[in-house]
Amino acid sequence: MTLKFECETGNYHTFCPISCVSWLYQKISDSFFLVIGTKTCGYFLQNALGVMIFAEPRYAMAELEEGDISAQLHDFDELQRLCLQIKQDRNPSVLVWIGTCTTEIIKMDLEGMAPKIEQLIGIPVLVARANGLDYAFTQGEDTVLAAMAHRCPSESSNIPREQSQSLVLFGSLPNTVAQQLTKELENQGITVSGWLPETRYEELPSLGPGVFVCGVHPFLSRTATTLMRRRKCQLIGAPFPIGPDGTRAWIEKICQVFQIQPQQLDERETKIWDSLEQYLALVKSKSVFFMGDNLLEISLARFLIRCGMIVYEIGIPYMDKRFQASELKLLEKTCHEMNVPMPPIVEKPDNYNQIQRIRALQPDLVITGLAHSNPLEARGITTKWSVEFTFAQIHGFTNARDILELVTRPLRRNHHLKDLGWSKLATTS
Amino acid sequence: MKLAYWMYAGPAHIGTLRVASSFKNVHAIMHAPLGDDYFNVMRSMLERERDFTPVTASIVDRHVLARGSQEKVVENILRKDQQEKPDLILLTPTCTSSILQEDLQNFVERATSTTHSDILLADVNHYRVNEFQAADRTLEQIIAFYLEKGAAEAEQTKKPSANILGIFTLGFHHQHDCREIYRILKDLGIQINQIVPEGSLVTNLKNLTRAWFNIVPYREIGLMAAEYLQKHYQMPYIDRTPMGLVETASWIRQIRTFVKGIESLDFEKYIDQQTRFVSQAAWFSRSIDCQNLTGKKALVFGDATHAAAMTKILVREMGIHVCCAGTYCQQDADWFREQVQGFCDQVLITEDHTQVGNMIANIEPAAIFGTQMERHVGKRLDIPCGVISAPIHIQNFPLSYRPFLGYEGTNQIADLVYNSFTLGMEDHLLEIFGGHDVKTVITKNLSTDQDLVWTSSAQNELQKIPGFVRNRIKRNTEKFARSQKIQQITVEVMYAAKEAATA
Repeated sequence: MTLKFECETGNYHTFCPISCVSWLYQKISDSFFLVIGTKTCGYFLQNALGVMIFAEPRYAMAELEEGDISAQLHDFDELQRLCLQIKQDRNPSVLVWIGTCTTEIIKMDLEGMAPKIEQLIGIPVLVARANGLDYAFTQGEDTVLAAMAHRCPSESSNIPREQSQSLVLFGSLPNTVAQQLTKELENQGITVSGWLPETRYEELPSLGPGVFVCGVHPFLSRTATTLMRRRKCQLIGAPFPIGPDGTRAWIEKICQVFQIQPQQLDERETKIWDSLEQYLALVKSKSVFFMGDNLLEISLARFLIRCGMIVYEIGIPYMDKRFQASELKLLEKTCHEMNVPMPPIVEKPDNYNQIQRIRALQPDLVITGLAHSNPLEARGITTKWSVEFTFAQIHGFTNARDILELVTRPLRRNHHLKDLGWSKLATTS
Repeated sequence: MKLAYWMYAGPAHIGTLRVASSFKNVHAIMHAPLGDDYFNVMRSMLERERDFTPVTASIVDRHVLARGSQEKVVENILRKDQQEKPDLILLTPTCTSSILQEDLQNFVERATSTTHSDILLADVNHYRVNEFQAADRTLEQIIAFYLEKGAAEAEQTKKPSANILGIFTLGFHHQHDCREIYRILKDLGIQINQIVPEGSLVTNLKNLTRAWFNIVPYREIGLMAAEYLQKHYQMPYIDRTPMGLVETASWIRQIRTFVKGIESLDFEKYIDQQTRFVSQAAWFSRSIDCQNLTGKKALVFGDATHAAAMTKILVREMGIHVCCAGTYCQQDADWFREQVQGFCDQVLITEDHTQVGNMIANIEPAAIFGTQMERHVGKRLDIPCGVISAPIHIQNFPLSYRPFLGYEGTNQIADLVYNSFTLGMEDHLLEIFGGHDVKTVITKNLSTDQDLVWTSSAQNELQKIPGFVRNRIKRNTEKFARSQKIQQITVEVMYAAKEAATA
């Protein structure tokens, strides 16, 4: 038995990749994100990010008007004017331009203009094309980090190669989580020499040949490619540190590359699993269906199978089989060991078809976007909102509990309300 | 290009989708890139909608850019026609389709020949109109299409009847308002012919013309449809908003003119009864509680309908002083100015929320009545805010019955206003005892420069000033210090500032 890959129509719901500014501006505290797009982009950000808007965020829209589209206004002058204004008001250490669908279609040469404006205003200007024509949701971070990888300082080459073997981790994580993972590796005698991104743009890590890099998110395939091809780094392909099983496999793989025998990992993992006992009892033998919208699906499914769940389907926007190779292998292995059938992996899913399948399969839990959550709940199908996995802390040993806290919340809610008799609340089928 | 952090009105396609998904059995297909179907999230979350939002996207991606989207759009229309058998499929352009300039009308025609559903292309341009204008236009377009398609019913209903135009999904308290209008009309002996578009079928639109007249509760959406019906079917309409006691009475009197010659109840007696005894608002404005609100300063901002009505209620029915009334509906600026003329000190027409924020910081009203954005400005400045208009959050979709219109609406508004101001007695006690908060004042002004230092003795002095004027004194002192290029604020500077202000 091996994994089956399918591909549907791509008519599915997800967030626009520009949403990455919401967590990246908070992570990189001296940055400013300028989204060059239309009212549509602005409206999405404003509504999706809710209260963050009111907290003087370090991002803004450069809203394109009719004059910009018909080229009556000069892009360069307009962008220069706005960037100067941002410099004056906020004085960031880096400006990140987020290209959108509109800048793609009208072929606005952001990459061409950025270096010139950078010179004029004296602040680095990065360009990330995080648009809905090419990418889904979390892939937005991938485009930004790929652009940022170019700006990392070069590892000086006069240090002997053996000593310069350093490890840089890539992927944006809340500072505490990044700290936790750094500590886990330190316990094995591995020093993390830097993170892409760091808390401040000015602290970006050095890169170069001899630097090992390892990803913490499954959606960073462009960044990985850039690090390998352009910065000549050596990629460690590992499963992702999501769930205790993933975290252990991740550490083991890194140790293996650095030729270190991992210490007490087995005990550490077992202890975490033991602490999850009460949650595991709730999810055991329950079925779950991933509709797919944030590319965390493979790792989460692998963890949930290890927890004793049965996965009916793994929907996913985009599947990079090379970048996720180790994760896919671990998924296969987990299915074998837990003795459950391999779930089909459905790339570019079709939400309409998925809902038909959900109706037929009646899973115990559907992990889905907000567009479908309430309608499914009204039909008696339990759901968990998928975007929460993107914003919650789910990496490392310490946070495995948080994943299960999220997954079991609707199940626990069901348990509380089970005797009331009104689980189906829609009049139509 | 415009540097923008926040907007009051959404993009055009949101308006079109609001119309489409308000009707029953109408499906909208957006011609849009991945991620633009955020409307579905809003409807599912804010309205806590139980049914799947009948909106799908025909995704524009790289392949579409290379090959054109005809095949894909037509295929998606045909698929949706078979899957859900809607009465109407509305192809909805977005900002992306506006610049691609593909011939969407042609796709519609190609698909029409093989579908059971009717198919329309929403006639809206992203770069020319906003959410409200697009919704207004789309509603007119759909009504016109169905009236021209089938023979419109010529015969009027026997008993007087009305259509209500402009009740929408994601509207500010629309469902509650609709129920309240229905209640009043029922009391007046007038039947509802149709409510459009919320919950209605497009196949029934041909019966619209059976009503004696049309009601447009909100100016922003529905007026174009009402004008169309007047022009082509000689149906009169009422575009007054029955919000507040005075306006509701005028509204009922205007309805009276549409049903002249019909023996029914005494309208004047009805108005009098409702005003004095059913609504509590008239009594409230005479009660001693409301006396304490006399002359308090307020700022009003919102869509044209709600901001104008609110301004009039505050001034005319409660004796509150409205320093500034404003709207973001620039397309309706003239109407708005005319409505609030004489009711406020100044009028603010802008789509820029920072301008509104600065106005609030300058005026320092005792209460704000605005949108969610003004509520947040108020939070920062420590000024209470009642939300009276979109844009709104989930808490503005209450489960309980909360109309803004009609007689029950006047009660709701009175509560909202009263709760927004610091309660009268509390105010007095604060003044007498110098406030009850002992926390050190932190900067709560909108400006970000914090170059001024307050000495601890000056801070103590500031604490002695009653809470409700403390911010103003603080700001005036800082203004004075800046003008004198003083960096450190001492008690002496405070006194000097006070003297300079009174001099």
